[in-house]
Amino acid sequence: MQLDAKVPGGSLTAKWDRHRFELKLVNPANKRKFEIIVVGTGLAGGSASASLAELGYDVKTFCIQDSPRRAHSIAAQGGINAAKNYQNDGDSIWRLFYDTIKGGDFRAREANVYRLAQLSTDIIDHCVAQGIPFARDYGGLLANRSFGGAQVSRTFYARGQTGQQLLLGAYGALMRQVAAGKVQMLPRREMVDLVLIDGHARGIVVRNLITGAFESHAADAVIVATGGYGNVFYLSTNAESANVGACFRAYKQGALYANPCFTQIHPTCIPHTGERQSKLTLMSESLRNDGRVWVPRNPGDIRDPQDIPEADRFYFLEEKYPSFGNLVPRDVASRNAKDQCDAGRGVGLTRCAVYLDFTDAIQRDGRELIAKKYGNLFDMYERITDESPYTTPMTIYPASHYTMGGLWVDYNLMSNIPGLFVLGEANFSDHGANRLGASALMQGLADGYFVIPYTIGGYFAGTDLPRFSDDHAAFKDATLAADAKTKKLMSIQGRRTVDNIARQLGRIMWEYCGMTRNTQGLAKAAKLIQELRAEFWENVRVPGSDKDFNKSLEKAGRLADTLDFAEIMVHDALGRAESCGCHFREEFQTSEGEAQRDDANFCHVALWEYNGEGRPPLFHKEPLVFENVELTQRSYK
Amino acid sequence: MKKLAPKINVTLKVWRQKNPDDPGHFEMIPASNISTHMSFLELLDTVNEQLTQEGKDPIAFDNDCREGICGMCGAVINGRAHGPEKATTLCQLHMRKFGDGETIAIEPFRARAFKIIKDLAVDRSPFDQIIQAGGYISVNTGGAPDANAIPIPQDVAEKSMDAAACIGCGACVAACPSASAMLFVSGKISQLALLPQGKPEAAKRALSMVRAMDACGFGNCSNHRECEASCPKELSIVNIARLNREFFKASFFSAEK
Ligand SMILES: Cc1cc2nc3c(=O)[nH]c(=O)nc-3n(C[C@H](O)[C@H](O)[C@H](O)COP(=O)(O)OP(=O)(O)OC[C@H]3O[C@@H](n4cnc5c(N)ncnc54)[C@H](O)[C@@H]3O)c2cc1C
Ligand code: FES
Repeated sequence: MQLDAKVPGGSLTAKWDRHRFELKLVNPANKRKFEIIVVGTGLAGGSASASLAELGYDVKTFCIQDSPRRAHSIAAQGGINAAKNYQNDGDSIWRLFYDTIKGGDFRAREANVYRLAQLSTDIIDHCVAQGIPFARDYGGLLANRSFGGAQVSRTFYARGQTGQQLLLGAYGALMRQVAAGKVQMLPRREMVDLVLIDGHARGIVVRNLITGAFESHAADAVIVATGGYGNVFYLSTNAESANVGACFRAYKQGALYANPCFTQIHPTCIPHTGERQSKLTLMSESLRNDGRVWVPRNPGDIRDPQDIPEADRFYFLEEKYPSFGNLVPRDVASRNAKDQCDAGRGVGLTRCAVYLDFTDAIQRDGRELIAKKYGNLFDMYERITDESPYTTPMTIYPASHYTMGGLWVDYNLMSNIPGLFVLGEANFSDHGANRLGASALMQGLADGYFVIPYTIGGYFAGTDLPRFSDDHAAFKDATLAADAKTKKLMSIQGRRTVDNIARQLGRIMWEYCGMTRNTQGLAKAAKLIQELRAEFWENVRVPGSDKDFNKSLEKAGRLADTLDFAEIMVHDALGRAESCGCHFREEFQTSEGEAQRDDANFCHVALWEYNGEGRPPLFHKEPLVFENVELTQRSYK
Repeated sequence: MKKLAPKINVTLKVWRQKNPDDPGHFEMIPASNISTHMSFLELLDTVNEQLTQEGKDPIAFDNDCREGICGMCGAVINGRAHGPEKATTLCQLHMRKFGDGETIAIEPFRARAFKIIKDLAVDRSPFDQIIQAGGYISVNTGGAPDANAIPIPQDVAEKSMDAAACIGCGACVAACPSASAMLFVSGKISQLALLPQGKPEAAKRALSMVRAMDACGFGNCSNHRECEASCPKELSIVNIARLNREFFKASFFSAEK
């Protein structure tokens, strides 16, 4: 397969400028002749829909929820990075670029990451102009905090609701374009297939989630911005509807899936407590700025935390990583928590958690200041666990949170299928093997507000796109296939509910393809997934009717895709015989137990191509070339 | 050491309605062995798995984030929107707030402007229509000045953020005796009117959002303050006073029509 990432030539700092100049433009009067489908209304899809409509394109936007304002981006708490250097503390575009490349353990494309750092500053300007009430200092200027292990304060935030505020900004811009007649908004629709005509992405088929009817929508280009696949672990910090389905459909139509095994496990989540639990709630990373992580030094010590004297406490991050302490990157913090629990030092109900303790911070800064910083998070924690972090240390444990893998895209954010663009968490492009805190919001908005408006124009201006309508045979075929799948799901009427099987898949993935992985475990997982998939298609029970509002059916359709996808993920994890970032293969670690990269053999993006039902996917790779940074071993000691 | 959560038995008296035209009715469904550590939605999940196994139609309800921020969940529990807990969405309500043997009444958010889709799921798209009428600042991507070009006093930014915390769940409408959407509308109007960036359009925004609200069939505010009491994000009715001021100013002193 001939892959071209279309990275422009010239120096790193000038590439984007040069590319924008070299991209052909669409005549303003012609823009309205192009129809664009956007799937997803998170930060990526919402911002893309609004910006493209502002330029004059005709946009049709889809989401699963009842309103675009509810996309999963709404849940982001901590903040958004930008290289503004407002704090005069040594930040720069280059530093943000370098931190992101290094944080991703040198498994991302230099040119994309540099562009992201460049655009970060425009995002903040635009969001302030939209009326986003970011936190401010006494003088009225924007406040920043240090986040996720960064040694500069470059994170902008709106209390603990940064994602909500940014999303409502994009949603407002989108609603403005709906009112202007430039966007047609179609909520409660789920994309069930991508439609290709003459090898180009030319539309989608969706299921109307109220009536159950299938609908065909034709366009000149399709943008998929459907978020990540963290729910493959069942328990995650993701919203219930977050799913891999749209990307998986594109994969089955020939789009390459990149680095599916790169998934991030966030260290600070409220631990799992019961069988019926449906969700693991994130406690923002910012808590690690003031909270101290510890476990009892002696395995099996079941005393209440207050009764454990200082000498019997093991502040394992502070001891092991004196310079970063509690602020080591997510993957390092997560793995260390797991190691402590595996060694029998876990705390809490299931002995599978560690403490995050604010006692010292409250003593130092006073309860009032701590409440001002974290009050809403503490309240949320108390609502869920019935314990107050003001008086008892929080218990936390890592949970699936973000997925770096995604559909492969070139520098224009276009997949290998012409006309299919992929934005936000759904693509693979900027975070390598590990994403830094506060960088996903930045990427989603960079993609939607500032990259796609340029690159899609280049595609339209340089491509001959004959007109097709949604009565083309390709739409009929896709609809028939989707309907057949639905009918099949409804007809099984076995003994296990969808959630029951989804939970089992989640446990397999968490156990064998979670925070740490090894050859035997992965091989075992591959087998277990195959068995579970067979069980699903024989024994699942979907109640109700397919021509109705039917959540069980929605979930069943997504689980069917997730079961197939999980196998590719395991395949990828097995194939990558090195440790890097969040992908920790037990066989490959340094003498100090850190991830051991193998740059000679694995400095590439692993790509998977669909190869027909029941056959293993084909492997391709995009070599990663680093011209501007030196590949170093990450060290947070 | 932490104790395992006790288990309770409850009976759901839950509203069942097949579609918008069905008159609907209450159904009694027992739920036993419910861990008090569960969230209310996990209770519904459990009951739905049970109904599925019995070959019955599960209870339809909307939800997504399950952490109190997306605004997608919501039902009236024992007569209160989102249930008995202050500042808590339904997904964040936990079963430890209920007693063993209790009967729990569960109804959808009812309002003239919110059509029931099925069981507890309602159509809140009128909220989107209200935002379309002006719940934004009209800036296109690209032309913004530096983010620090206009300082905004910290207390103003904080007030704006207070008003912006709305999650659009519709509890305020369900709780209001006249099914008014004033708290929802006032949140957005206040957030933007407080900021210098939002001032140029403040008059136009107030007039057109209020008109859109009326056109969608929401009732008039009659100062019952039920909205404020039910709001999971504790939006204050101070915002409604601010909306009234903005609307008054716009009606009498601006050139906007
Ligand atoms: C709890 C939490 C906190 C976080 N905090 C931060 C933070 O502080 N800073 C940070 O930078 N990042 C954070 N992240 C990560 C960040 O929020 C996400 O990566 C980002 O918001 C993803 O945005 P998106 O636009 O790509 O997708 P999403 O916001 O996930 O949107 C996906 C959209 O696609 C739609 N969709 C999906 N499938 C289909 C389909 N088949 N058909 C139709 N529509 C579909 C959905 O309806 C939705 O509208 C956090 C994540 C979580 C879970
Ligand atoms: S499900 Fe999102 S607020 Fe309850």
